[in-house]
Amino acid sequence: MQFDQILQYSLSGLSTGAIYALIGVGFSIIFNATGIINFAQGEFVMLGGMFTLLFLETLKLPLWAAIPCAIVASTVAGLLFERLAIRPLRQATPINLVIITIGGSILIRGLAMLSWGKDTHAIPPFSGDDPIAIAGATILPQHLWILAITVIIVIVNRIYFYHTISGKAMRACAYNRRAAGLVGIDVHRMVLFSFIISSAMGSIAGIIVAPLTMTAYDVGIMLGLKGFCAAIIGGMSSGIATVIGGLLLGVLESLGAGLISSGYKDAIAFIILLLILFIRPQGLFGKAESERV
Amino acid sequence: MKRELLKFGVFAILVLLAPLLFSGGYLMNVLVFVGINTMLAIGLNLLLGNAGQISLGHAGFFGMGAYISGILTATYAWNPWFAMPLAAVVVGLLAFLIGFPILKLKGHYLAMATLGLGIIVFIVFNETVDLTGGPSGLSGIPNLTMGSVTFDSDVKNYYLIWGFTLMIVLFAVNLANSRVGRALRAVHDSEVAAKVLGVNTSLLKVQIFTLSAVISSLAGSLYAHTMTFVAPASFGFNFSVELLTMVVIGGLGSVYGSFLGAALLTLLPEFLRAAHDYDIIIYGGLLMLMVMFMPGGLVRGVPDLFRKLFRRGKESGHA
Amino acid sequence: MIRRFFSCSAAVSVLLVCSIAFAAPPIKIGGLFAVSGPSAPLGEPERNTAKMVVDEINKAGGVNGRKLELVSYDTTGDATKALQLANKLIKDDKVTAIIGPSTTPEAMAIIPVVEKEHIPLIALAAGSKITDPVKKWVFKTAQNDSLAVSWIFEYLQKQKQSKVAILTVSTGFGSSGREQLKAQAARYGISLVFDDTFGPNDSDMTAQLTKVRASHAQALIVWGTNPGPAKIANNARQLGLKIPIFMSHGVSSKKFIELAGDAAEGIKLPSGKVIVADLLPKSDSQRKSLMAFVKDYQNHYKTEGDHFGGHAWDAVMLIKAAIERGGDTPAGIRDNLEKIKGFAGIGGTFSYSAQDHAGLGKDAFVLVEIKNRDWVLVK
Repeated sequence: MQFDQILQYSLSGLSTGAIYALIGVGFSIIFNATGIINFAQGEFVMLGGMFTLLFLETLKLPLWAAIPCAIVASTVAGLLFERLAIRPLRQATPINLVIITIGGSILIRGLAMLSWGKDTHAIPPFSGDDPIAIAGATILPQHLWILAITVIIVIVNRIYFYHTISGKAMRACAYNRRAAGLVGIDVHRMVLFSFIISSAMGSIAGIIVAPLTMTAYDVGIMLGLKGFCAAIIGGMSSGIATVIGGLLLGVLESLGAGLISSGYKDAIAFIILLLILFIRPQGLFGKAESERV
Repeated sequence: MKRELLKFGVFAILVLLAPLLFSGGYLMNVLVFVGINTMLAIGLNLLLGNAGQISLGHAGFFGMGAYISGILTATYAWNPWFAMPLAAVVVGLLAFLIGFPILKLKGHYLAMATLGLGIIVFIVFNETVDLTGGPSGLSGIPNLTMGSVTFDSDVKNYYLIWGFTLMIVLFAVNLANSRVGRALRAVHDSEVAAKVLGVNTSLLKVQIFTLSAVISSLAGSLYAHTMTFVAPASFGFNFSVELLTMVVIGGLGSVYGSFLGAALLTLLPEFLRAAHDYDIIIYGGLLMLMVMFMPGGLVRGVPDLFRKLFRRGKESGHA
Repeated sequence: MIRRFFSCSAAVSVLLVCSIAFAAPPIKIGGLFAVSGPSAPLGEPERNTAKMVVDEINKAGGVNGRKLELVSYDTTGDATKALQLANKLIKDDKVTAIIGPSTTPEAMAIIPVVEKEHIPLIALAAGSKITDPVKKWVFKTAQNDSLAVSWIFEYLQKQKQSKVAILTVSTGFGSSGREQLKAQAARYGISLVFDDTFGPNDSDMTAQLTKVRASHAQALIVWGTNPGPAKIANNARQLGLKIPIFMSHGVSSKKFIELAGDAAEGIKLPSGKVIVADLLPKSDSQRKSLMAFVKDYQNHYKTEGDHFGGHAWDAVMLIKAAIERGGDTPAGIRDNLEKIKGFAGIGGTFSYSAQDHAGLGKDAFVLVEIKNRDWVLVK
């Protein structure tokens, strides 16, 4: 097995993994603020791509304008989702919330199918598509965009959670919602924030990956699952651990496809996930918690 | 206990009489699926409703039952009546072994692990083309026979499937009211407290997981022999989610709730078919509304609704 | 109040049913199309076309004075659903014939039912095994994938390229194509030096293509439906893969060129004639039907008709022809379908017989190449 092949697999895996990472962080942010596993997370990824297409093709905006518009539109969708579906039943059991988000994801997917049809659509790359050679492997400019934007988001995320009041308040909610409420943090608003942030992140992931993978109304399901997977490996952290989880998942998948079998690549990724969970039930980077009785 | 038996008796009579109303049409065929899904929902509900352990991979056990039965009978010409229990034993053993590490996990980690398990099984169905026929599916699975009767029509299959379903309903009702059922509920409420009281919680959880997998496998075998054809698409992640939805919509921990959930989610797409492309939106919207307005599931929500309607009717009568 | 509402609406619906029943009874044709799900790019144009053609036949007065009625359901590409719905069509809707389903696994699933219930089925899927061996009640209009395979292999043989890599999608379409590719390779002196699959929703195919490059194959054959093959074309361009790429008839629509963009240049594929209707010589017997279909579809649905729609067009027209020959019962349609010879449709010129229920010869395909974002015929 040659070095350049391994390098090619790893580079491809890293860019796919970066997308999983962004989705996974979105998962974790909502989970930490609300205790909800948001199965509709993948749909915001889809909305990011589809809204970009809408602004680009139908409204004829240039790409640099279409992208922020698409992020805003998807974020509004996330906000509406929280207001209409999650807030009305704040007291519900976790399992009911899971079903609500599943119902929500089916609904969003259906609306997208009716608005944009069932076809797959291509979105132009941000800056050309001339391959770049790196030591025998090749990547596209779009891969660099993906990696760069992921790094920026991770940094902004870090600054928000550790250096702003509302970010700190959100972390307080993640540790203990009731205690956070007692010290005067508006927990409801934090929940809303968490949905806004994660739908924005999801849509960004959807937009930067769309030029490579194309987009359609049903791309959200699998991406959402992979993001969930990344979050679990990262121990449901909304920081760097989940990012590493995503990158690890992407690279494992790509190496699995390259070195073992492309048909089994998802199976390989999930087997490794299971092994990780069996050995470290709290995720690769999660701290062991003692159960509160 | 007497009340439980009475309830079961009424349910059984309704089930046995239903074909008189719908005989011959396509609805009979759908009702066969309601039976299979009821079995699956009861199996999952034992785990989720009674022991409080989530599974997003039950379609995998269902599929394994279907494929083991299907391959043994279609490719190796086994008698279905031997293939079915063998499938159940194999699936049970597998669930038992995997149960110990998996059920150590909690909450969303458990959800992820079972989801992963389901997806791995699904990929194996798809990729082992020589064995399973791959994505094109496996055809030529024989119908079940009993003496000179071959179960090859909707009505015959109805009685076959519902015979099994009724047995499982009876079994589940008994289990819930037994010592084991009480121990399970203790695990559900607080695992630590149950442990302190002397319940071997980890073994109990694995046992119920195994039981649940065996029921799913049995349903899978029956499915294979009534359909005479299986393809991987029926056993994917979506179906695991659908099963979970049946259990929650029906009512956690309730055997008859599982039936209601299974019946509703199996019949709903048939009625929504008239709405064409809008069906997916109505389906998603209904799911959300049901959970919002009947958080306890149909089995608690519907009586509540009647009570409210009745009371309101009375009030307006007075006015 | 509620009860009164129900009794009212019941009365209205009884009236409606009566008024329909008084008209001459239409001939019911069932349709099973994968309108949603991963095979939607096949099922949607098929359903649209079937609807369009049936409407037009009815506008022109029906067949032998009787109208046609299309009862169509969405199978979502799921074989289990297809089987259930085939039962529904036969038992509830009491259809005389069935068109569809869109994919090979679905077709294989429902064959036992139509054989048992004696309802003629015209499948729209490509798998050769649907009509090989011949089943009494099963016909098909989609060109056999074995024909497409032999077109590619013949071309490769002429070019003296014998080391070939294949990538097939892990769906029924791909696995059926893979079977044919493997079965026919030896006959053309071709060795498959690399054989791998890709998932229909995989986002990145560079891993497979890196292996293709390492295998030193002289050509690559990709067997799939959109969007997978377009991603492969893009990834091949990214990796600078220089060997010629062949694709299947599964991507012979403008959509593929739109998705793959510049990466589609130079790709060759066997295709039904519908995408190159205007390039065909005037003498081509199919030209008239082709031009009519393309124009018609454009008028109705504002996009180009493709060969998937063509399969449905052929199926409806073949049933119409069979009814015109005097069979409006299931058995009559079946028997008359077998007698149809030289019917110039969209997918090719159909000649069914008791031994051949696929009805098409090699001339159903042409080899096309993508140049300047359009199709050209390869001579």
